[in-house]
Amino acid sequence: MLEKQSNVKAWLYLLPALALLSVFTFYPLFNAFLLAFLKDYVYGSATGFVFMDNFKNVIADPNFNQAVKNTSIIVFVSVPISVTVALMISVLLNSIKKFQGLLQTIFFLPYVTNAIAIGMAFAFIFNESYGLLNLMLSWVNIDPVDWLGSWETGMVSLLIYTVWGGLAFKIMVFLSGLQSIDKQYYDAARVDATPKFRVFTRITVPLLSPMIAYITVTSFIGSFKAYRTIVGLFGPTVLPAGTLPDESFITIVGLIYESLSKSDTPGMVSEAAAASILLFITTLAFTIVNMWVSKKRVHF
Amino acid sequence: MEIKLQDLTKIFQAKDKTETVAVKSLDITIPSGKLIGLLGPSGCGKSTTLYMIAGLLKPNNGRIFFGDEDVTDMAPEDRGIGLVFQNYALYPHMSVQQNIMFPLENIKVPKDEALVRAQEMADLVGIGDLMSRKPKQLSGGQQQRVAIARALVKKPRVLLLDEPLSNLDARLRLQTREEIKRIQRETGITTIFVTHDQEEAMSISDEIVLMELGEKRQMGEPQDVYDFPNNLFVARFLGTPPINMYDGVISKKNVLVNGKAIGTTKGADGEVFVGIRPEGYIIDKDGPLELTVYMVETIGRDTALIIKVPNTENDTFRVIVDASERIKPGEVVKMKIKPKKMFVFNKETGELIN
Repeated sequence: MLEKQSNVKAWLYLLPALALLSVFTFYPLFNAFLLAFLKDYVYGSATGFVFMDNFKNVIADPNFNQAVKNTSIIVFVSVPISVTVALMISVLLNSIKKFQGLLQTIFFLPYVTNAIAIGMAFAFIFNESYGLLNLMLSWVNIDPVDWLGSWETGMVSLLIYTVWGGLAFKIMVFLSGLQSIDKQYYDAARVDATPKFRVFTRITVPLLSPMIAYITVTSFIGSFKAYRTIVGLFGPTVLPAGTLPDESFITIVGLIYESLSKSDTPGMVSEAAAASILLFITTLAFTIVNMWVSKKRVHF
Repeated sequence: MEIKLQDLTKIFQAKDKTETVAVKSLDITIPSGKLIGLLGPSGCGKSTTLYMIAGLLKPNNGRIFFGDEDVTDMAPEDRGIGLVFQNYALYPHMSVQQNIMFPLENIKVPKDEALVRAQEMADLVGIGDLMSRKPKQLSGGQQQRVAIARALVKKPRVLLLDEPLSNLDARLRLQTREEIKRIQRETGITTIFVTHDQEEAMSISDEIVLMELGEKRQMGEPQDVYDFPNNLFVARFLGTPPINMYDGVISKKNVLVNGKAIGTTKGADGEVFVGIRPEGYIIDKDGPLELTVYMVETIGRDTALIIKVPNTENDTFRVIVDASERIKPGEVVKMKIKPKKMFVFNKETGELIN
């Protein structure tokens, strides 16, 4: 009896959150799955069900290959680099005593800054004629580069921006992890004449492995959804008129938006839904593999 | 390896610039190959002293010698010490074997040799069959043996143990202290351990160093220190049940407690503290002390009489008598004092007069 009562109470407390989640998360999620299997859906009506046609259309889209390529580069290049760089910075930050609080704040500032604002700042840094990067390059007599003008240099700029933008949160998590490691392990390592690099690889990294795994998994998921960063750096149109498909910075989420923007064409909303589901399945599969690998490597 | 501490001082400075003298002009010479217990109440500077010997803390003043070598400014890793931390500090992600081998990897011992040496050490401390376990899968006592093996495997010149038994339960503590003694005997390594537990220190140490407020109060073989305490602190700190301390007076070489002469002294007339060990009483119907028994504690081997007496430090104290004496609560017992168990201390300085 008592148990039942408290159950009712628990549900009661959960109700507001559940109501909001149902309307804004569960229903759209369910609806996306439904939309992906509708035929010629437009303005709320469809002519029937299809099985794979919407998915086939997504894959046949001339921008699909480019979106997969761009997303993959962002995922597989930026995540490992930013996790490594964040780890290095955290260890260095943790080892200094003076100004630690100040530096921690400085490194955390990007996290509370709007991504679009940061993107605009970076767009300025990478600007061909008055950008800071070209200015610095001119000091060492390197000709100005139109960083955002071509796909190759644009991708390099995007990756730099993405890595930098992701550092703040990672550093914060790593730092809190580092500070919770018992100092006696380091004293013990010191007494045993352990070189600094071995202390890092054999003690710090293993003891930090739960944090590293967490950050890696969440960063991978986040990068699969990359879109904001591109809008921040290149502007709101991911497919400017006249760009060739293999010159664009479209990502999978960008592709979804592109399809949605043509929602008055029959079937385009369903294509967007199908693309989201493809992204969802990929991310899920990747995360499962990720968790499985880290389970073997994480020591606690 | 003889260890010499010369005028060793450590001052900790808090953020508000207040200074705490943790260790004050400490002079100790620790003979080679002995097991030494640093003993004292918490906050007496014993762990600080240990960590200065280890090199993890830097003294503000004074020198530390290992043999003839001055190691004061040497980094801990160059001193050749093995250190066992209070909570062992075993690397949780490594197996027992990896933990023990870790110090050897650092000094680039070939893997085959390292494996052999790790196994030898593990066998010595009696955990040879647990090599593949993780520290979490071990009991407290086993973890501690791993920590000792890890400290010993690189053949240090000195073994340092910080409160080695404090994390173990009572039975394991008895067993482990014998074990530490045995390991020290077998390896012959100069060993210093820190403890606040007098029984622990007395039972296994070759010599004990008693510390209070950052200063050495007395050093010597446990029995000597117990039998001949230099001062009030040592007399009070050693012994369970604790020593019975009376306010007394010296009058013409006689020691008077509550107006009754209970012994003689060479001290000058004046007020003193008179300490009598609980086992220093003999029941004697002509004895000068008349004590009213308040309660009787039977232990089996002997009997503790709980006595209430005016002019003592505590309201009650214990007197240990033979178990064959059948005494009931409320009885008045007359006693005399064994002269060797009575100590007279200067009331101001706390120094022994006798």
